[in-house]
Amino acid sequence: MSTQSNNGRELTFGAAIREALAEELRRDPTVFIIGEDIAEAGTPFKVLKGLVDEFGPERVIDSPISEAGITGIGVGAAMTGMRPVVDIMFGDFVPLTMEQMVNQAAKVHYMSGGKLKVPMVLRTTLGASRRSAAQHSQSLHALLSHIPGLKVAIPSTPYDAKGLLKTAIRDENPVAFFEDKMMYQLKGPVPEEEYTIPFGVADIKRQGIDITIVATSSMVHVALGAAKILEVAGISAEVIDPRTTFPLDKKTLIDSAIKTSRAIVVDEGYERYGVTAEIASVIADGAFFYLDAPVKRMGAMDVPVPFSPALEDLTVPTEKTLVEAAKNLCGRT
Amino acid sequence: MSDMANEKTVLQGHDPDMDVEHHLHMYQQMARIRAFEEKVNELYTGALMPGLAHLYTGEEAIAVGVCEALQLGDYITSTHRGHGHCLAKGASVDRMFAELLGKEAGYCRGKGGSMHIADIETGNLGANAIVGGSVGIATGAALSAKRLGNGRIAVCFFGEGALGQGLIYEAMNMASLWNLPVIYVCENNQYNEYTHYSETIAGQITARPQAFGIHTETVDGQDIRAVYETMNRLVERVRGGGGPAFLLCDTYRYHGHHVGDIDRVYYRSKEEEQHWMTNRDPLKMLSGWLIDQGLADQIIFDQIEAEAKDEIIAGAEFAINAPYPDPSEVDQHVYAE
Repeated sequence: MSTQSNNGRELTFGAAIREALAEELRRDPTVFIIGEDIAEAGTPFKVLKGLVDEFGPERVIDSPISEAGITGIGVGAAMTGMRPVVDIMFGDFVPLTMEQMVNQAAKVHYMSGGKLKVPMVLRTTLGASRRSAAQHSQSLHALLSHIPGLKVAIPSTPYDAKGLLKTAIRDENPVAFFEDKMMYQLKGPVPEEEYTIPFGVADIKRQGIDITIVATSSMVHVALGAAKILEVAGISAEVIDPRTTFPLDKKTLIDSAIKTSRAIVVDEGYERYGVTAEIASVIADGAFFYLDAPVKRMGAMDVPVPFSPALEDLTVPTEKTLVEAAKNLCGRT
Repeated sequence: MSDMANEKTVLQGHDPDMDVEHHLHMYQQMARIRAFEEKVNELYTGALMPGLAHLYTGEEAIAVGVCEALQLGDYITSTHRGHGHCLAKGASVDRMFAELLGKEAGYCRGKGGSMHIADIETGNLGANAIVGGSVGIATGAALSAKRLGNGRIAVCFFGEGALGQGLIYEAMNMASLWNLPVIYVCENNQYNEYTHYSETIAGQITARPQAFGIHTETVDGQDIRAVYETMNRLVERVRGGGGPAFLLCDTYRYHGHHVGDIDRVYYRSKEEEQHWMTNRDPLKMLSGWLIDQGLADQIIFDQIEAEAKDEIIAGAEFAINAPYPDPSEVDQHVYAE
């Protein structure tokens, strides 16, 4: 919470996103939003509700259900003087945009020898446990984090969401921005005054000395909940949110692991080949001689997200499983 | 760039057929592309060029006829078979060759190569190695132009092979819905790589854009006078707010899919190739017409071709002698500042 100023105002995560978009639309006439059901409908989560009333249908553009098409149009518009925000309703639809993101957006600047650029944001969701089954529940941010040329932001609080989204829109590169759809109603302090949050700067959400928990997006809240339980058990957990998976603030993660000598990385993407693997590797490389235990990874279970609540809840890290893992790592079983 | 958009005015109010000078200019542009591609083939077979190249030889009338109807500030997106588009839009031969040879003086500092030449100063948003990969980009550029009110239009070149990819239909649908200033130029050179298009395309090609309510025309892609005249009309219509257009150009690729595709008899006959080269060659068709009309003599075409060859030789020589990028370049330009 170190970077947050608190003047008493609280906003939901969704309202913070809407405010960031409204401010940037007001500030820069080249910013526009394009996506399915984003104008009058304001998206299924109502995050954009009201924006079309202020900015009109030419800047808040309702599109056909054409994820690849609107991403491609976003890339072309970004290359020619606009700053598009492409709204991809569910993160599960990101695979439909992959050719345009991976082969076009990510590579245009490099392939052109630095002459062309793609200042575009792709906003989308992640997160399971909404009983939406395998095609509306995935957290696919690792796919885009893998690609040189892309940046990926993955905020955990309303404050971070607003500050990072404004930075994303002003960035000269394509940025994928992942919002946990289960957090849209989450409230937190957001100051009235203008601010942005730089990419590549992790935030220490809770100070601790015995174990480092690196957590992303909604897993930050799981980690904070687990840290409270661990405190009772006499384990002081430090919770760090990288906030962007690329650029990644390696130093803050490594410094914390050096300090605590133990680290768990928790993220809602599939565990295998995932964000947890990359971050665990960074910590293992950077803090190897200071670690008292191997770096532990906790991601989503490597199965398609099941529908039945009885099954779905088994697939995502929870406070309980995280506490168990932390105790194990600290030799306190 | 907005001031550049008006540098060249569209020919209006006179019969373009009577403009001998412009016809000779178009012939010269085609001859430059022809000589460029022959040199590329020579560099490849002489092991002087890394990688592959997809030659545009035989299709020159489309690139030149289309780009001659555009202004400098207008956008194009190109394809893996894009050297002709780049040159026709105004790229210089020496920096093109430098890019093909991976040299720092190339249009993309050697980082793009044959399939990715981009030249923003001439409105070229880049060649693309994903067939149909640039349809969204061109359509997005048209959206920009409309929003910014800068009077530009976008032209998207693609081959008939790209008709197999879905992005094109998503983009055309939105271009039509939002009345965007974009022209989709489909170069049907008969073959999707090594497969005749009749094996890959169901129904009529033109029925596809027409289904989206897009104004569609078909032209003989070997007849530059027809391409240019048709494009002029389409450009006027699109720039004037008439919405997107689709131009289907029938053409033929003289070489294989790429420079290494030499043995082609399993997918097309030598007789067929000979027929196009003899009877349907775009340079011969233009020079023949001008001679028949008494507007030019053969000697002038010989002279243009000789000049083009000299320019090409000098450009290739420049590229061969140019330095490679410094190793420190390898991780530069991954991200824009």
